[in-house]
Amino acid sequence: MATSKAKQPKTPISAAKTERLLNLVIALLYTRQALTKVRIRDAVEAYHGLGDEAFARMFERDKDELRAMGIPLVTEQIDTWFEDEEGYRIDRREYALPEVRLEPDEIAVLSLASRTWSQASLAGPAARAMRKLEAAGVERDDRSLLGVDPQIRTTEPGFERAKDAVLGRRPIRFDYRKGAAGTTTRHLQPWGLARWHGRWYLTGHDVDRDAPRVFRLGRVVGPIQWAGRAGSYVVPPDHDPLAMVRTEQGAAPATRAVLRVRGGAGQLLRRRATATRALDDGWDELDLDYTSSDALVGELASHGADVLVLEPPALREAVVARLRGALGHRDGRTS
Amino acid sequence: MTLPGINLNEPATDRLHRLLAMVPWLLNRQGVDLEQAAASFGVSTEQLEADLQLLFLCGTPGGLPDDLIDASWEEGRVYLSNADTIARPLRLGVDEALTLIVGLRALAAVPGLGDRDAVDRAIAKLEAAAGSLPGALSDARAVTVDLADQGEVPHLSEVRAALEDHRRLHLRYVVPSRDETTERDVDPMRVVSIDGPWYLEGWCHRAQDVRLFRLDRIEALSVLDEDGTPPAQARPRDLGNGLFQPGADDLRVSIDVAPEAAWVVDYYPTESVEERPGDVSRVTLAVADRAWLRRLLLRLGAGAQVVEPAEVAADVAGAASAALALYEES
Repeated sequence: MATSKAKQPKTPISAAKTERLLNLVIALLYTRQALTKVRIRDAVEAYHGLGDEAFARMFERDKDELRAMGIPLVTEQIDTWFEDEEGYRIDRREYALPEVRLEPDEIAVLSLASRTWSQASLAGPAARAMRKLEAAGVERDDRSLLGVDPQIRTTEPGFERAKDAVLGRRPIRFDYRKGAAGTTTRHLQPWGLARWHGRWYLTGHDVDRDAPRVFRLGRVVGPIQWAGRAGSYVVPPDHDPLAMVRTEQGAAPATRAVLRVRGGAGQLLRRRATATRALDDGWDELDLDYTSSDALVGELASHGADVLVLEPPALREAVVARLRGALGHRDGRTS
Repeated sequence: MTLPGINLNEPATDRLHRLLAMVPWLLNRQGVDLEQAAASFGVSTEQLEADLQLLFLCGTPGGLPDDLIDASWEEGRVYLSNADTIARPLRLGVDEALTLIVGLRALAAVPGLGDRDAVDRAIAKLEAAAGSLPGALSDARAVTVDLADQGEVPHLSEVRAALEDHRRLHLRYVVPSRDETTERDVDPMRVVSIDGPWYLEGWCHRAQDVRLFRLDRIEALSVLDEDGTPPAQARPRDLGNGLFQPGADDLRVSIDVAPEAAWVVDYYPTESVEERPGDVSRVTLAVADRAWLRRLLLRLGAGAQVVEPAEVAADVAGAASAALALYEES
């Protein structure tokens, strides 16, 4: 490759580029009429030393980057003496955040909303939004929210892609791990994302099953791939992802379990029991209503010899099977 | 050339975002303290000075001194002028509006969190400000966060009141790993919600250390008529990696996890995860509490096989056979 004849820049390259982009933004906001490329090249000093092609390439890139930042850079046809030519400008009203008069207590709750994302992949946008809203100079009043620190985390690697798919209405494809069924490839038209009980769930139309489905984002294996164009399907207008996740995850009717629990043990089971009867051998008998058998089996097994399931038989068998499993395959292969 | 506190690898567009927000912020706070401004933008004072130097080189076309932004920061006070074209902040981007609207709606759904009225007003104003974004509002409804577990956070308002009044709390608290109920006095430091449940973080006088207490495991709570200011050595823990923080003295346990038990990897921080043939993952966990580990392995059943150490496998097998003996008797 040819080496550049230009002298070493005094400032780091990224600083030179920031300066160029900022001057471009100012020039395009400042002008009332759209500027042709020729006028832009003239107006922004950093473009001066470049050849025609180098300038054209750099301007294209700069324009794309500003748009990706959310700057409303528009292209317009300008009548020149000879023929129509493309011109560029940024509309000041489109550019600017609308005037919002925020009270100190409103700033405080907004700031808390922003901080909930501080451990998430969206921490940057959340903090930036706050700086824009605080630009007007209102100081926040945090007193009422002192010591309150809710965190919305996004530890699932697929979160960013899933969010972009939901916002852009773009079909996706991914490998999904589900219990004993193993890993399968799924095709989805994403509708929404919900965080429930500390986990992210993705809702949408499952193309393979032709039905609405809920997916736990943490069970997606490997990267999420695009599988179609943005905006290529419609989300049901009344879709509420959180309601769908709640229904899917906890809608089963409650069943009653009867347990024998050793005295002093099973503290959390006792708190949820609907009835407790003391037995004469130091044990208690508990009635407990449950919806998710799978979660309860694990919890009951975790108590080992402190808890004995009496009813229903299916639950009792499941706990026994779980305990046999914990003996280890090699030792527990008794019939 | 390297200066302390200057990030030379920062992408140009990230820096431009900051400059475009910084200009209106400074214009409305003439004479603001340099350090305060740097802290507000989450950068070092060196970075802020570099940013101001860069602004100084920018301006409207023409390149004459009158065209350029004027910035000065002598004696630690920042003044900015001649920046009319970028005097207003850039409108909110999709992700920016999304985080605040989703966050506010999540806060609004938590009972006992306090200023519900301010939250509602902030949502209304934010929706108006973000209104020019096509579809931004419906987009924000497509992402929803439940911080309150269907509207139930026990003891939240009592704990918050104690925080505000600096009062000591007395708790009856269930410790599930030891399956016992304990009594303790706690000086509250904050309430945090992370990955679902809400916790009180405070100085525990029984442990003489900072402890987290899950609000839904507090059996009874009373506010004592005593000052609850935590001692100077009480430091809130960094929750960036979640609640479980492995210690150097922890026991390292290696287990093979089948797909039905793979949720363990989502729940607890693992030292390593290695994919093995047959859809099995070999997971290394750092464990401080053996009773907790025994319960976890009983819970997982055949879904987890202890690779090492052998004494852990023996311990779990012993607990499992004691339990199975009960079933054979009854």
